[in-house]
Amino acid sequence: MYDFLHRIASLCRKELLAIFKDPANRVILVVPSLIESFLFGYAATYDLVDVPYALLDQDRGAISTELVARLDGTGIFHRVANLQTPADITRAIDSQQALIVIQIGPRFEQQLNAGESAPIQLILDARNSNTAGSAAAYIGLVIESYNTALRGGAGPPLTVEARAWYNPNLETRWNLLPGLIASLSMLQMMMLSALSVARERENGTFDQLLVTPYSPIEIMIGKAIPTIMIGMMQSTIVLLVAFFWFKIPMAGSLLALYAGLGLFAIASVGIGLSISAVSANMQQAMLYTFMMIMPLILLSGLATPVRNMPQILQIATLVNPLRFAIDLVQRIYLEGVGLFTLIHDLIPLLIISAITLPLAAWLFRNRLL
Amino acid sequence: MTHPHMAAAVAHALHKRFIIKESGKIVHAVSDISLEVQAGSLTALVGPDGAGKTTLLRMMAGLMKANEGQLHVLGIDVAADPQAIQDRISYMPQRFGLYEDLSVQENLDLYADLHGVPQTMRRERYARLLEMTNLARFTQRPAGKLSGGMKQKLGLACTLVRLPELLLLDEPTVGVDPLSRRELWEIVQQMIDDEQLTVLVSTAYLDEAERCARVFVLHEGKLVAQGTPAEIRHHARNLCFVAMPPQGQPPRFLQTRLLDNAENVIDAVPQGGAVRFIRRPGSDQRHLDAMLEGAPVMAVEERLEDGFMTLLRKQYIADPVDPTAREAVVRREAAEGKNQGQGEDYVGDVIIEVRDLVRKFGDFTAVDHISFSVRRGEIFGLLGPNGAGKTTTFRMLCGLLPASSGFLQVAGVNLRHARAVARRKIGYVSQKFALYGDLTVMENLEFFGSAYGLSGERLHERIGIVMQQFDLKDKEKSPSGQLPGGYKQRLAMAVGLLHEPDILFLDEPTSGTDPQRRREFWRRITALSEVGTTIVITTHFMEEAEYCDRIVIQDSGKLLALGTPREVRTQAGGKDSRLNMEEAFISIVEQGRRQYSEAAATETGP
Repeated sequence: MYDFLHRIASLCRKELLAIFKDPANRVILVVPSLIESFLFGYAATYDLVDVPYALLDQDRGAISTELVARLDGTGIFHRVANLQTPADITRAIDSQQALIVIQIGPRFEQQLNAGESAPIQLILDARNSNTAGSAAAYIGLVIESYNTALRGGAGPPLTVEARAWYNPNLETRWNLLPGLIASLSMLQMMMLSALSVARERENGTFDQLLVTPYSPIEIMIGKAIPTIMIGMMQSTIVLLVAFFWFKIPMAGSLLALYAGLGLFAIASVGIGLSISAVSANMQQAMLYTFMMIMPLILLSGLATPVRNMPQILQIATLVNPLRFAIDLVQRIYLEGVGLFTLIHDLIPLLIISAITLPLAAWLFRNRLL
Repeated sequence: MTHPHMAAAVAHALHKRFIIKESGKIVHAVSDISLEVQAGSLTALVGPDGAGKTTLLRMMAGLMKANEGQLHVLGIDVAADPQAIQDRISYMPQRFGLYEDLSVQENLDLYADLHGVPQTMRRERYARLLEMTNLARFTQRPAGKLSGGMKQKLGLACTLVRLPELLLLDEPTVGVDPLSRRELWEIVQQMIDDEQLTVLVSTAYLDEAERCARVFVLHEGKLVAQGTPAEIRHHARNLCFVAMPPQGQPPRFLQTRLLDNAENVIDAVPQGGAVRFIRRPGSDQRHLDAMLEGAPVMAVEERLEDGFMTLLRKQYIADPVDPTAREAVVRREAAEGKNQGQGEDYVGDVIIEVRDLVRKFGDFTAVDHISFSVRRGEIFGLLGPNGAGKTTTFRMLCGLLPASSGFLQVAGVNLRHARAVARRKIGYVSQKFALYGDLTVMENLEFFGSAYGLSGERLHERIGIVMQQFDLKDKEKSPSGQLPGGYKQRLAMAVGLLHEPDILFLDEPTSGTDPQRRREFWRRITALSEVGTTIVITTHFMEEAEYCDRIVIQDSGKLLALGTPREVRTQAGGKDSRLNMEEAFISIVEQGRRQYSEAAATETGP
């Protein structure tokens, strides 16, 4: 047993040396994950920060003026144009000058005073559907609150107040960055493990390794462990950026987080090593990896919620380890739940690992010679 | 066409320096070379590895700029207008860029397009090239599926799709078997005879340089000699002899004794069952007699290789195998009671046994029912043309490839059941450098040592021994990938021997290396064999088969000959055959192919 561990340890040591002695590798292992966590943190956001809108106020009464003033006071909406006729609307939207046009009809105040309902029309540029949708909802809130204020004491004060849990300000970043902790490390782990055998094959070192008493399974373990270690390092980089730079508070325990990530890493490395066992050269390994990565990310729920997907794709997500890992990380990080609560994520990850790793082992034994 | 008496290339005081990034050291790849290549003839560049042959050729092809000096090719200043030269010459680099997924015909078309060969000329040109290269039957086959020799011929054909005014060939026959080598040279010779082509070829095979009109000998970037082959040979005039070793003893024992006596002997090689050696001028006759131990000696004609070795050894003495290290190993191994190989009369126990071994790839049979055995302490050679199945056999012996059927036992272990156990007892040195290039010498040794289960003190003791044995002492912290070629091979052998294997497998270890390094390499091999290590080796240099105790010759997966070099020569040319090993090899392979096609003809005949 001691002999076995010693031999595995020296395999791991060799693998890590080979990876880190290459200066290009050293950069690739740190810089992209830093850049991507900053990029995702800043660039990929659906948050309402700045919504340009145009106003077509055909009433020009006191109420409409006050309503518009409330909107301008949010700091998010800013008026880019005052339109004169309905014909101007098309131009304002088409030119992308305004994301939203608010049209207040000529009889607005009159209708209100008469106790009738007075409609306000919103015209949205749905080419940017996410932001426009949130903006419309936001405007709805503003009008609602004005409505209540307007009615004053008349009738029971009915207020609808939405409160978002775990992400009180509904920042996209809070969603994305914990997701990245899992997805970025998966990307690197799959790439590294897929290339590991192919690189040795191309350099001719693989034969030299195969004539040693190492069994294929030992070689596989010796390649899996360093890759998992590097995957954990990647996750840690993103985690540090999320916590210290973007100040996203961590609700759960680090131990639970790393335990979950470890299981996830085993599942991903199994996929990567299977790819590497069937690829004849580095080019093939790269192609297979890219082919796998796109669907894995799309079907993970990182960018779009799984429940919005068509039924058949929802079923497809069940074999995707990333889907469970993202859910797991988000819930531990943001909700602070323990591992026992996440059994519905852990069991699928266990099952996936129990398939991919033995598959890789089988391929190693049967495809390498 | 250039005028026959004009020089095709003229170099004057040419210099080329490289700076090694890691160490900042400057290497003088070419220093102060002045030479003239005659038009309409065949000229050879010979010299040890790193002599500057490739650099010189690349400068002539306009692919590299000289630091100093002038270089005119076909009357054009290379520095001023490299494109004008590239339009008129052809250059075939060591690894020619064939597109492996394209067929033979598509590769030819591609190169014809690249060189702008007009459609009207193509048909005739293709027909001629395909006929010369014997590739007409394979036009539809992807280049990647051709054997090494065929690939090289296709490369030459692609280089010749357009008739150049000067043809530059960089070691065109490296890794090519004697048969294909002969064919390649026939093509080149035919082009020279028919079209007055000017050819400049660099080569590590000195028998190839023998057929050239002029030879330039380079060493460490300098031109050390030039002239006709006869003029180069002349340096060894009246110094060459052949000595017959006692009956029943492999010539390598006498050869080793002679070679180790560098004071009196310039060079010694086994040849045709005897030992060919070059005396140092003014050597001590009594010393020589003592070493020869009464073996009969006969003066022989000098060859180009003798002249070359005399020239090189005059200037530098190769660092000999450290005798103390060797003795230390001998003593220790003797204490451990290991067997020592003692030549033909000594019959050790069988250490490798192969019976009815078959390996199929799909419906292609690469190895076809072969049987042989190797005894402990033997040097055993696997010979055969490219694609004969010797690499497949070799890989099965090392446990890198499972056999389709048959019995295969290595070091007392059946490879079918206990591959891992067998691997502990073998060492393997591949043809290409196959260690981790980014890791240092020490890190590689430590890794492979622990791969074989060595650890702690034992590991470092063994590392110390092999480092001394292979002169790696001052290199332990150097990244392995940046070592010079000779060091890389020594490191590979050190790794192969770390765990004191019973058998050392070497796959074409001398492919593409110069005579100097080949001697050094074989000196190490004979030393290893003396301490009882069994050696299994593949090689393309037929004269190297003379170092072996026994050899097999394979072709088309079948075993054509098995025995001592003497027995194999007898099989080829009758008793007391005067054939050299290369002639014997070619004769046996051709005989085998004739029988095979006759058998096939009677089978399918009426």
